[in-house]
Amino acid sequence: MTATGIGAPVRRKEDFRFITGQGRYTDDINQPGQTYAVFVRSPHAHAAIKSIDATAAKASPGVLAVLTGDDLAADKVGGLICGWMIHNKDGSPMRAGGHPALAQGKVRYVGDHVAVVIAETYAQARDAAEMVVVDYTVLPAVVDMVKATQKGAATVHDVAPDNVVYDWHLGDKASTDAAFARAKHVTKLDIVNNRLVPNPMEPRAAIGDYDGGTEAFTLYTTSQNPHVARLVLSAFIGIAPEHKLRVIAPDVGGGFGSKIFIYAEETVCVWAAKKVGRPVKWVSDRTEAFLCDAHGRDHLTHAELAVDDKGKILAMRVKTKANLGAYLSTFASSVPTYLYAPLLSGQYDIPAIYCEVEGVYTTTAPVDAYRGAGRPEATFVVERLVEVAARQLGQDPAAFRKKNFIRKFPHQTPVIMAYDTGDYSASLEKALDMADYKNFGKRKRDSARAGKLRGIGFSAYIEACGIAPSQAVGSLGAGVGLWESAEVRVNPVGTVEVLTGSHSHGQGHETTFAQLVSDRLGIPIDQVAIVHGDTDKVQFGMGTYGSRSGAVGMSAISKALDKVVAKAKKVAAYALEASDGDIEFKDGRFSVAGTDRSLAFGEVALQAYIAHKFSGQDLEPGLKEGAFYDPTNFTFPSGVHICELEVDPETGTIRIDRWTAVDDFGNIINPMIVEGQVHGGIAQGVGQALFEGAHYDKDGQLVTASYMDYCMPRADDLPSFAVGTTVTPCPSNPLGIKGCGEAGAIAAPPAVINAITDALGHEDVTMPATPQEVWRAVQKAQRVLAAE
Amino acid sequence: MASVSMTVNGTAVTASIDPRTLLVQYLRETLRLTGTHVGCDTSQCGACVVHVDGKAVKSCTILAMSCDGAAVTTIEGLAHGTELHPMQAAFREHHGLQCGFCTPGMIMTAVDLVNRKGGALDEHIVREELEGNICRCTGYHNIVKAVQAGAEAMAGAGQPIAAE
Repeated sequence: MTATGIGAPVRRKEDFRFITGQGRYTDDINQPGQTYAVFVRSPHAHAAIKSIDATAAKASPGVLAVLTGDDLAADKVGGLICGWMIHNKDGSPMRAGGHPALAQGKVRYVGDHVAVVIAETYAQARDAAEMVVVDYTVLPAVVDMVKATQKGAATVHDVAPDNVVYDWHLGDKASTDAAFARAKHVTKLDIVNNRLVPNPMEPRAAIGDYDGGTEAFTLYTTSQNPHVARLVLSAFIGIAPEHKLRVIAPDVGGGFGSKIFIYAEETVCVWAAKKVGRPVKWVSDRTEAFLCDAHGRDHLTHAELAVDDKGKILAMRVKTKANLGAYLSTFASSVPTYLYAPLLSGQYDIPAIYCEVEGVYTTTAPVDAYRGAGRPEATFVVERLVEVAARQLGQDPAAFRKKNFIRKFPHQTPVIMAYDTGDYSASLEKALDMADYKNFGKRKRDSARAGKLRGIGFSAYIEACGIAPSQAVGSLGAGVGLWESAEVRVNPVGTVEVLTGSHSHGQGHETTFAQLVSDRLGIPIDQVAIVHGDTDKVQFGMGTYGSRSGAVGMSAISKALDKVVAKAKKVAAYALEASDGDIEFKDGRFSVAGTDRSLAFGEVALQAYIAHKFSGQDLEPGLKEGAFYDPTNFTFPSGVHICELEVDPETGTIRIDRWTAVDDFGNIINPMIVEGQVHGGIAQGVGQALFEGAHYDKDGQLVTASYMDYCMPRADDLPSFAVGTTVTPCPSNPLGIKGCGEAGAIAAPPAVINAITDALGHEDVTMPATPQEVWRAVQKAQRVLAAE
Repeated sequence: MASVSMTVNGTAVTASIDPRTLLVQYLRETLRLTGTHVGCDTSQCGACVVHVDGKAVKSCTILAMSCDGAAVTTIEGLAHGTELHPMQAAFREHHGLQCGFCTPGMIMTAVDLVNRKGGALDEHIVREELEGNICRCTGYHNIVKAVQAGAEAMAGAGQPIAAE
């Protein structure tokens, strides 16, 4: 391993600009002649629009235009799309209602887009937005997802009169029911997976620009996948053909899934730029982010686990209701279905699984992928069920898990996935050791003497990442392929630019990807530049989500590097007057085997461009290669997290005393960056477990729409984390990488709730386990004890 | 419009602004110092922290007019050319940032913390003092390490210590 190669904790190349205030986020960019957009948003959860009177707003100082859904319709701008088709149990397609970028006739959640005001300054636009008079007929809100599908509920979309988007299932019902019928023991749980707001620290933003001379549009936007944004805006929404639309996602301040999607605001900014003939900028404020960024999670689940008399799991049965909100966001339909149910086998050998999912419309913000996307929901179900089953059977929860772990690979689960490799016991053993599990009893007694209830909770998670083989996801309903592209451009002096379709918004690609190139080409890391986030530079790409940039994005780079080396060997052969087969490439030098004749990488690059040593008919000049990489399987990162905490029974407050994470991410390029990903994921998972919850009142008003009301984890809410790894290299990609971006958020929630319920001695604790919720649960625990 | 004068990162600046302009808007839009960020509307997230007369202030919560005559330091004023302030260097060395959006506010808050409490800071103090700065990426683990290391380096450098 070199100091900057694969496996080295290289300090990040991108940091200098961020720590000196020179990052360039979308809101840092201003265009000459720029105007400002402010959206008029629905104050009602559900209402028909009778009329919109913009007379006063249009007369307000600085206002250039007030545009509504009628204007969009007149220009034949298409609606926003959901790119994953789900079929019902009976084979019929899901029922997706229309999703115009500006409301047409009806609003369906508080914050829904009614009109846009464009003015010379932000303040003028905001002032004028207040003057737009919208006459609404208020309709009944549909907030509770259980009531939404009951008789008498108002209909959100006419296409789905009962508000059911789909009624989907996976697995074999008959064999599952049969296993339950013969099971010695059945564990049953009702589970709430609370609704979350992703909250990257940079709010979304967009600048639309139109050049009348070339009839070309440019969109600066806070996107995790600018090429997908261009594809959707072009091919589906129809604003401009792809070759006339450039999408740039510059520095992006976190995404966590919420910046995958193509939203109304950027659509409107691009379209409006042509209408007003000036660049149009919109920047979300935080309340708008709470109201309109796609939310995450929000499941209600009844789950059952069948276990035989020896403690071996026989089957799992799961029935989930998933709140999809008022419209189907870009990938919303896939999250509670194909990103959820196929993970229900967890790390366990479970012969039969059957899962039913009902997706439901409500008059709330759209719900889509948020860090983990379906996999945290599945892991919460699995790890709560397994924990409770162990407790009910009087078995040590670690030993019960171990007894049921999958041990032979590849392993075909009953729910689609074929796990390629793993060593789940190794992670568990290491985690138990790091967490000093054997002395937990002593610590519990010490806490009890101090009046505190100490608990320990396990979470043995698995996730499916790198999504995924295009053929496979296509067969499951995906509207796109999920490969990744890369282009490696070697300059005549031997410096290298790598153009990648992955997008970095905190993950450190500029460093990690450069490490791979430095390692493979034997050149210093500062001679490598990673280029991403601009559709005019990078030809195509699928972007960053699903922990895929390492496993898929870097595999594409690896494939392109192979081609570069192969071509460079040919150039070197001519330059060294040897045959191709005799050229060896090692540590940045091309040499003729068995001789001392060699050329450095940069010298060969120069030879490739001056092309003096070979005929252009025999070998093309230049050194630039591209690759599209389509994975052969999902990747399956896994691990064990252990949370140990103290409950104060007087106040219901919780102090996490120690957190142990042991993850198997396969091979690791930069351990420092990987650990950082784990830390951040755990924090978001602990946030879900203890603090965060989006709450709508009965009228559909979001009452948690600011940082005053929605509890983000802060520095003094969290401990430091003990992070370790085990390694089984992934056999499904050339680098052996599994992915690490979502692990913490997937693993953490059940670890926390298992620890709290362990401390309290009963299972009735719902996320977020705020002090109020925990205090209630403590009172219940005391009643249970008194009754005994 | 109204006239406002202040010193920003050592340079005297005067401008005619709408009186309702917030300090952060003045810094970002008028002076184009875009290192100071806006992450919320409620003075909670701390992405906008700058120093006004040597003290950490959330620049989204103060009118530019209120800073007339003040000395303001932003993240752009912390380093000397390419020579980083010890707290900036510590954030890079300890991987105390990922997306970088909260980072300028974190660093300005951390420098203020050391100015107030000195260079020997235990984890508990650092975590309590960062309560007004939200990070969504790092889980704070490495930020806490960076602040502690940066504090030690600042104390070792014998500075009182900010750029002011």
